[in-house]
Amino acid sequence: MGKFIRLNKGFNINLAGKPQPKVAEVEMADTYAIKPTDFHGLYMPKPVVKEGDTVKAGSPLFHDKRFETILFTAPVSGEVVEIKRGEKRKLLEIKILADKKMEFETFKKYSVSDIQNISVDEIKANLLKSGVWANFVQRPFGVVANPAAAPKAIHISAFDTAPAAPDYSVLFKGQDQFFQVGVDVLKRLTAGAVHVNVHTTDELPTVFSQVKGTELNKFHGPHPAGCVGVQIHHVDPINKGDVVWTINPLGVIQIGKLFLNGVYDTSRLVALTGPAVKSPQYYKIHTGSSIKKLVKDNLTEAHVRYVSGNALTGTSIGADGHVGFYDHQITVLPEGDHHEFLGWIAPTASKPTVHRAFGLLSFLAPNKEFKASTNTNGEHRAFVQTGVFEKLVPMDILPTHLLKSILAEDLDEMEALGIYEVIEEDLALCEFADVSKHEIQQIVREGIELMQNS
Amino acid sequence: MKFLRDQLDKLKPNFEKGGKLEKYYYAFEALETFAFSPNTTTGAKGAQIRDAVDLKRLMMTVIIAMVPCLLFGIWNVGHQHFLALGQAATATLTDKVLVGLIQTLPIVVVSYGVGLGIEFVFAILRKHPVNEGFLVTGLLIPLVMPPDIPLWQVAVATAFAVIIGKEAFGGTGMNVVNIALTARAFLYFAYPTDISGEVWAFVGEGAKTVQGYSGATALAVAAASTGNVVADLNSFGAGWAEGIFSFTSLFIGTIPGSIGETSTLMCLIGATILVATRVGSGKIIFSVFAGAYAMGLLLNLIGGNPFVEMPAHYHLVIGGLAFGAVFMATDPVTASHTETGKWVYGLLIGALTVLIRVFNPAYPEGIMLAILLMNVFAPLIDYFVVSANKKRRLQRATV
Repeated sequence: MGKFIRLNKGFNINLAGKPQPKVAEVEMADTYAIKPTDFHGLYMPKPVVKEGDTVKAGSPLFHDKRFETILFTAPVSGEVVEIKRGEKRKLLEIKILADKKMEFETFKKYSVSDIQNISVDEIKANLLKSGVWANFVQRPFGVVANPAAAPKAIHISAFDTAPAAPDYSVLFKGQDQFFQVGVDVLKRLTAGAVHVNVHTTDELPTVFSQVKGTELNKFHGPHPAGCVGVQIHHVDPINKGDVVWTINPLGVIQIGKLFLNGVYDTSRLVALTGPAVKSPQYYKIHTGSSIKKLVKDNLTEAHVRYVSGNALTGTSIGADGHVGFYDHQITVLPEGDHHEFLGWIAPTASKPTVHRAFGLLSFLAPNKEFKASTNTNGEHRAFVQTGVFEKLVPMDILPTHLLKSILAEDLDEMEALGIYEVIEEDLALCEFADVSKHEIQQIVREGIELMQNS
Repeated sequence: MKFLRDQLDKLKPNFEKGGKLEKYYYAFEALETFAFSPNTTTGAKGAQIRDAVDLKRLMMTVIIAMVPCLLFGIWNVGHQHFLALGQAATATLTDKVLVGLIQTLPIVVVSYGVGLGIEFVFAILRKHPVNEGFLVTGLLIPLVMPPDIPLWQVAVATAFAVIIGKEAFGGTGMNVVNIALTARAFLYFAYPTDISGEVWAFVGEGAKTVQGYSGATALAVAAASTGNVVADLNSFGAGWAEGIFSFTSLFIGTIPGSIGETSTLMCLIGATILVATRVGSGKIIFSVFAGAYAMGLLLNLIGGNPFVEMPAHYHLVIGGLAFGAVFMATDPVTASHTETGKWVYGLLIGALTVLIRVFNPAYPEGIMLAILLMNVFAPLIDYFVVSANKKRRLQRATV
């Protein structure tokens, strides 16, 4: 029996460019990239390929110096064309020029009944060497899961409440069988429950409603209800010393495909969204795909920003960029690098806002879709307590006090105030709504890193 | 507008890094951003879009909420002036507004001039942006001054409040006590003769007051009462201003007092604006009134002297309680930061105000001291609320 949880705090940003529920045909991308910067908790990623090497889907590309068993593998077959490094030779990106015809590394196939009988070590070994392991994210801290850890539960957020977010019933349509096998595998990895957290207003897709062996928890409420950290807080909160794993349904499906078909199959859907997209819809791609062919002739304006992920937590990747490992969404936003005369006081109903201060009239039209740009709508100022953060975090956590303890680098205070329970995305709305335009998510990550390295 | 933008763009390089006026960048930025919102965009990682709100708009909303108080205050300064001269019936609206403007405007100009001047100097010296917080403080200070306060005192008080009350603590967002009230408290302790007693109506140099005139406030009348407070208030002003302290005029605010704080009605209009725009905390406003009313009722039960026995609802309309509750107690920086704490904070301000009024023999008004005191205690209230949150988390871990 799962729980029913109603959340009142939070806010849905009604961003224009929500994906239409149709999957468009697109030619396979030329290049694919895996970016170590997508993964948190890596100490020093080391490539195991050289430029010019040929790889199959599932061949290792790099591993971390600390956890050598976790392999990060190629999403497609092809030739390694570039190993991009940044300052201090930090590994930024491994780029692959894809083959016309995909070749797979072969891993051992299992039947459904095998999964109950093989050893946990064998399961883990299979997950680690194929590359699907990176789908496990460990809380506290939101890092790539440590294979030696014993999680008290595994949580799957089965909906997304972010601005113009993809609909999971489209994303994972027809994957019921793989999802079930994936869940069977997850159940071997934890002594606790496997939680599937769904939203009440959506019609539940069969992939989640028919799955057996899970706790199905229902959530009702605005963003960040879809953030798995918020869900964990209400279902089975993380205390000091606890380890919890989270995984996206896509990762579960990849596990299912690995065990049933013996391949690392990264084919997936991605939603092209945002106010600058002509026809926002879904595309079939592989992990790490270049976005070039997706956005070609599909934009309403030229001066735009390409974001991998959603408008609250995403990363700007540029026109030649590649979709991030964990992202199901590409958001294209108009660049807002222009001045606005008396923009600080002129009444406006065309910008999204959680506030109702003078002249902010957006609340009058609750169903209006906003064409938000990347403009900061104001300048950096001293932090002023406005009480708005407290209305946007649907957890028993005091966001302002937690942030202050991070800025003060007070480890005991951070721990007492709940740093173990949050990652950036859980407080992303605070960053959006902050009147003083601070980078709240960066502060959260700094706190997490401080905690990890202490 | 393009012309203005072009001029600014032409000037800007002088103020940017390497320019000859580099030091003054933040002064330039403060002025530039009043004309145009900036063209800065969000970072490469994190929130790619930002809320339409900024600190300027937030502060401006508070100023708009204060406008009814300011306008009414200007009229009332004139009204009280002509009442004192016995010409209230013959003076026109224009006369009253004119007198009010002549008295009020210089105080506003001095407050903004001195305060913003100091803000700009500190911003340049400390290399931080000019924060908009003073836009509100600069108007709050005149509204809590008596109408014929010497201008140099306004200047000194503003300077003291901004430098000692705010900048010494690190600037906007860091101050412990409310800045406008710091200015007023400074005057109250440094120049008591100019801010207490019968200074609350502007009479004018050498002008002859009407027969029977007294510049006492309702609070002073209540404190001095030996019989029934309500009867004394109602009979006050006989002969020159009938019913000046009736409950209705106390509520509407046609009474002597500081420039902007006399009208409970205007404060409630301001409160409506603050609460509707969600800029001010309705929780605090409500709980201050509730605290004052509850303490008034409690004192009624205990009894003792006529002031103690004054009906509790009078406490809500006399003195500066309404203005303090709406515009001072809600200052988000100095108020309690936790939602639970706000209830406690507001209730205690209300209750303390009434206590100070009734039991302090020297000074009959209590809201200023009550808010300043609770400003100091707000972190303590928050401490308990935060501790409770931590405790819940710890308890969960052991289960």
